This record gives sequence, C-alpha cells and structure tokens, in this order.
Amino acid sequence: MDSFFVRFKNPLVLVIVVLLQTIGLAVQVQRAAGPAGDPADGRKISQLRYWSTMLVTPIERVLHGGGSRVRNVWSNYVDLRHTRQQNRDLQNEIARLREEQAAFAEDAEQGRRVQALLGFQHQYIATTVAAQVVGTSGSDRSRLLLIDKGLKDGLKPDQAVITPDGIVGKLRDVWDHTAQLLLINDSTAGAGVILESTRIRGIIRGAANGKVEINNLTSDSRIKPGEHVITSGGDGVFPRGLPVGVIESIVPDPEHQPYTAITIKPAADLARLEEVLVVTGTQTTLPEQAAQDADIAAATANAKRAADLAADKLPSIHDGEPPADPAAAGATPAGPTPTVVPRPQPALHPDRYTPGVTPPAADLTPGAPKGTTLPNPVTPSPAAPHPPESDASPKPQT
Amino acid sequence: MPEHSYTSRQELDQYVFHGAVTVLVPVAAVLLQSVLPRLWGRLEILDLPLIVVIYFAVSRRNPIAGTITGTVIGLLQDGLTGRPFGINGIAKAIIGYIAASLGFAVDVDNLINRVAMNFIFCLLQSALLYAIARFLVADPDAHLRPLYQLIKAACNTVVAMPIFFVLDNFRHRD
Repeated sequence: MDSFFVRFKNPLVLVIVVLLQTIGLAVQVQRAAGPAGDPADGRKISQLRYWSTMLVTPIERVLHGGGSRVRNVWSNYVDLRHTRQQNRDLQNEIARLREEQAAFAEDAEQGRRVQALLGFQHQYIATTVAAQVVGTSGSDRSRLLLIDKGLKDGLKPDQAVITPDGIVGKLRDVWDHTAQLLLINDSTAGAGVILESTRIRGIIRGAANGKVEINNLTSDSRIKPGEHVITSGGDGVFPRGLPVGVIESIVPDPEHQPYTAITIKPAADLARLEEVLVVTGTQTTLPEQAAQDADIAAATANAKRAADLAADKLPSIHDGEPPADPAAAGATPAGPTPTVVPRPQPALHPDRYTPGVTPPAADLTPGAPKGTTLPNPVTPSPAAPHPPESDASPKPQT
Repeated sequence: MPEHSYTSRQELDQYVFHGAVTVLVPVAAVLLQSVLPRLWGRLEILDLPLIVVIYFAVSRRNPIAGTITGTVIGLLQDGLTGRPFGINGIAKAIIGYIAASLGFAVDVDNLINRVAMNFIFCLLQSALLYAIARFLVADPDAHLRPLYQLIKAACNTVVAMPIFFVLDNFRHRD
C-alpha cells in the first residue's frame, strides 16, 4: 500500500488539490445560485479576496502615484501651449450651453411639475467621491478595476460609479482603503436602461468579448443604430437619466431567439479610465447648485422670451441693425437683456400731424383760415438716418 | 540500474531558486498583470502569471512543486477578479503539474522547445478555463473564441522568451 502512495504521489497530490478547489468552487457557485441569490462572497472568501487585493494594491498605488507625477509634469508645464485657445473654446461652449439650458429650463420645470403631480420620486445625484483607478483584475475574462478609495471614504458595495461622460459600473467589494469596481461590460454586470427616443426599457449586460449588450428585447423596427441609451433608475443602483451609450449595431441573437443582440458603445471610455466618481448619495430634490443653475436658466429664458415678445410687437427696433454674427453671439456670455427704448422713425411724407411741424399754440391766431399759419412741410434732414425701404414701406392694402 | 539513471537525470537537471525569487517573481507577475492593462487595454491578452508558472515548473522538474506553485498563483489571480476562487487555481495547478512532468522528457532549455511549450500550455490553459467556466461554474457566456486564443498564445509565447532568459539568471543547481 505504501508503494502505491509513493509511486503515485505526484498525481495524487494533483488530484487532491484539484478536488479541493472544485469543492470550494461548487460551494461558491451554489451560494450565488441559491434561493437567496446572493452574488456577494461569503466572509471567508471575502477575506481571501481582501488579502489578494492587499498584496498588490499598495504597490499599485506607488506605481500609480509615480506615473501621475510624471504625467502632471507633462500636463502642467509642457502641454500648456493650447490652454488659452482651449479656454476660449470652453467659454464659448459654456455660453452656448447656457443658451441651450435656458431653452430647456421651461420644459424641465414643466416635467418636474408633472412628476410632482404623479408622485414620481426622481433621484438626483447629491454627493460623489472622486477616486483614482490604480489597477485591473489582470484577466480578459473579468472586467474589474481597483480604485484607491474605500470604506474610510464613505464608499459602500453596490454604489454607482460614473464619469462626466456616462456610467461606468458599480462597486463590488469595498475595503478600508480600496474597492473593486465592476465595469458594465463584465458578464456579471447589469443595469436598467431606456432607449432615449423610443422610451423602450431594457437591461444591459456585459458580453464575453467585453462589449455591452441589450439582449432582452425582441426585434423592433423603431430601434435604430445611433439611438442614445440612458439609465432607467429601475435597478436601484444608477440614478435615472445618466448616459449609458449609443446603439452601435442590432443583430438577431442566434442563441436566444427571438431576441436581438443590441450592441452599445459605452459613453464612458471603459478602457482608459483614470478618475471616476462614486455616487455616495442621492436626493429627491434638485441639488443646491443645480437649483441655482435652473433658476438662472429660467431667468434667462424669461428675459429672452420678453425680448422676443418685444421684437414681435415692435419689429422696428431691430431695423437697420446688421444681422447678429452667430459666433460673436455665442462668445458673449448670457446675461440680463439690456432694455431698448423704441424711438419713432422719421416720416417719409410729413404732414401736420408729424411731430415737430406743428407751430406752437402762441403762434396760432384764433379764427384764422386754415393754411395761413401752417408752415411748409419739412423735408427730413439729410443727417437723419434713412430707414430701409423694405421695412419702412407700408404694407399694400388688400 | 534504471532507478539510478532516473535519479541522476533528476539531480543533474533540477534547479532551485532563492526564497525571495520564489515569492517575489510570482507577486511581480500578478502585479504587472494587474497594472499593464490599465496603461494599454490590449495588454490584458498577456498572462504573465502563467509564464511564471510554466518557468518554475519546468525548472524545478517537481510535479508537486509545480502543482502547488500553479495553485497559489492561480488563486492569487482569482482574488483580483470578481469570479469564484478556483477557476485559475485549478487551471494553473494542472498546467504546473504537466509542465513539471514534461521537464523530464524534453530539454526545456532549448529555444524551440520553450516556444512550443509556451504556445501549447497557453492553449491548454484556455481550454481548461473554458471547461471550468462552462461545466463547473455553468457560465452561459463562456466562449472559447479559437482565433483569439491562438493570438493570445502567440503573444504570450513572444513575451515569455525574454522573461525565461531573465529568470535563467536566478536559478542554480541544487
């Protein structure tokens, strides 16, 4: 018997090691697929994951810090030559966005009123924590990142992670000073979404090839490539209305007929994430800053509407002015609209009712025949601005 | 007499590594594997821990050591992913065992053998990972993607050669 174990010592060790791991694997899979359906790890597994992460995260932080310093030197001292132009462009864009914001403010306010009437609880992002990506899972089968913030910074599992471009994923395991970020293109990730124009609801999932797909919708002619996809808020993780991406392609899913595989190009660049925002708090009312912006936009919209109204009622106030240059208009930050006092145009054919041609009352003689005191009609002064013919000519009587 | 010959071959070809190298090289491989894809996403095609497992296994020519090295490195990799522990652990344990067993049969210092060995072991690991994901984890999204696996094996083989030559400097005969 001893000779058997000695002779087959090597394969026996392999079998035992593989068997133990298989049993461990089965326990983990059973736990995830059980009635509770809890995808989170058990305490011991979580502890193992913690030690694995702690082994590499401190070194990754050091490497990331060194890399950041080098990049900062480049970006702060070398790559500043286009900053002035970029600043101008950004200011122009801010002005343009303010104009757009003013245009949308009324619709938004109306939407909020309707939502309030319906008792709809909209979740607005209230607080976020900025975090740096310091590492990856190192596997092409797992889309998972490590970030440099954790429990000590107020992070918790299942919190949404976003960038200004769109959603990125959610937190999986969170430890004191680090956390795992599960990207939306991981095959175990998912989120509730709405197709922006058609308002069709779906669920995005990560595919094995790292793409993001919706595969729970049947074929629908209304769904077209290029349509924007936003979060629905129904998953309880991502607040409603955040950009997810754009539909890239729609093909029949051969493995899940009659459903279609709708591939989405994520709005956030998931392959080049540097900084992310973890949504640590939401609220049902607009955040203070956003409310102020909305008020400003509403005031701007009101002023613009008043100016438009005045322009409609008094079309002559813009007569003779050169057409506004759209670029110049965009470059001017939106502010209070200046008050314009309308002035009467000089008459083409002055008569006795024309201001300035009637003699003072002291010069008039009571009982005098008509025409004896009426001076000759005054022709317009050459210095006076001549109105454009097209605007000044009377409308033909119909 | 055959017993004596076997022992002589084993004594002649077995290499050992300093304790620091045994610990630091796998950790460095897992660390680089985690950091490199952040610099360039396509580098996730590499599997540096697999290269290290193959190297240590064929150098030590000890199947038990190869199995344990593969298991430890694989489990460390599993800890960084969101997947259950054991997927990489099982795959790399089997690779470590086979690589160590192969060390007795072929000259693993030969460049051509090294190229062939790395290429085949990389494909074997992909097949093992697919089988584990499909049949043990019951992952419906598990796909083999043959072309991608061939490219992956080729890339890892190219990267493995300089790593093998660097690591050759840290080994010595028992």
